[in-house]
Amino acid sequence: MFSHTCPIFLYNYITIMAKITYVTSDNQIHTVEVQNGLTVMEGAVQNDIPGIDADCGGGMACATCHVYVNDDWFDKIKPKEDGEEDMLDMAFEPKKNSRLSCQIIISDELDGLTVSIPSKQS
Amino acid sequence: MNKTDALIIGAGPTGLFTAHQLKLIGLNCEIVDNLDKIGGQCIELYPDKPIYDIPAVPECTGGELTNNLINQIKPFNIKFHLSERVDEVKKEGDNWIVKTNNGTTFQTPNVIIAGGVGSFEPRKFPVKECEKFENKSVLYSIKDKSIFKGKTVTIFGGGDSALDWAVELSKNSKVNLVHRRDDFRGAQATVDKVHELAKDGKINLYTKYQMSSIKGGDQLESIDIKNDDKEIKTLKTDYALGFFGLIMQLGPIANWGLNIDKKTIEVDTEKFETNQKGIYAVGDICSYPGKLKLILSGFHEGALAARACFKLARPNEKYRFEFTTSSKTIKDRLGVKSD
Repeated sequence: MFSHTCPIFLYNYITIMAKITYVTSDNQIHTVEVQNGLTVMEGAVQNDIPGIDADCGGGMACATCHVYVNDDWFDKIKPKEDGEEDMLDMAFEPKKNSRLSCQIIISDELDGLTVSIPSKQS
Repeated sequence: MNKTDALIIGAGPTGLFTAHQLKLIGLNCEIVDNLDKIGGQCIELYPDKPIYDIPAVPECTGGELTNNLINQIKPFNIKFHLSERVDEVKKEGDNWIVKTNNGTTFQTPNVIIAGGVGSFEPRKFPVKECEKFENKSVLYSIKDKSIFKGKTVTIFGGGDSALDWAVELSKNSKVNLVHRRDDFRGAQATVDKVHELAKDGKINLYTKYQMSSIKGGDQLESIDIKNDDKEIKTLKTDYALGFFGLIMQLGPIANWGLNIDKKTIEVDTEKFETNQKGIYAVGDICSYPGKLKLILSGFHEGALAARACFKLARPNEKYRFEFTTSSKTIKDRLGVKSD
């Protein structure tokens, strides 16, 4: 309730949320604000965005939170750790710009990130 | 027909501990799992990954946890039905009649679903037309390798299954191996062997390619593969084998009349019973306000569901709570000496 007037609250609000846009395979655009520190997968699940299954719950063990990262963003995201590429072998229609959304941690730098969700996860 | 006090679907950690709890209070149970081994996700997805939040176990891997749970139920001689998927659950009087895809049937008053995120099924080719050839010339597992003798086989995948079969089948068949990138994730020795066979012309290696289409009438004729630069190659082939690991599917559980929301089954938090009397859901597959998808939650849920089973399995007896430290009855069941 103080956020309109109190600069500290306003400051927190600005720094801890990032706008993330999810484009589903039928071209529906969902833009939501996700807290810094959460993953792109969690942002989708918490906001009921369809198409991200996340069966293993973020353990990099299932490849059902697969997304395509728009080219202008791909290089700004922390590179893949060991194991992510292995899991992507199993994803549905992986491409050069494929990532597991559970491995993308949201930060200020990713404010405005757009990812596309494949037509299927399996 | 197998008669039992409770049937557990799923041999992951929650299913195993639920079995322990059932046997401890004197009920019989049997366990069905679609995988060919015990352990569920712990074994299939992360056998070597350490887990740090099992109470009183500072660190253990999925494999170690499974082995410990198997040891814990050893005194009870529980019957496992592996590589079987429960397809049908139907009410008959006070019992549920449960049928698997192999035709095994059970009669039981209690069904406990400890199915994680569902049953593990092979991941399939994204190309839809593959369905037409499935189980004939498009395969996701090999039962009889002799059918490939003298034929052309195109294998897709970069893990151990794909590489092992490429090496094995190259002895008697013409083998194409297709993978989406240059790196393979199989054992290094096998990867080296594949490269060696490729050099000798025994395996045709196509990396950075994926299937783009499949052609044939009654018989599979050829497959088109495409790389990132959209170059297409056509491979004449008799068989296509896909080894993309396993995926969890809710599968037939969706048809049993249970309240399901987002792939999880709604339960109460007293008995972990679903909307169907005598059907319980425990572990990752159940949902209730505040649900945590942790192994330790599954243990708690299984212990309570087991007590609920007692009422339906022994309607004329009263359940009496006992501690393992002091109960002679329980110690007898465990086969340990009483003081």
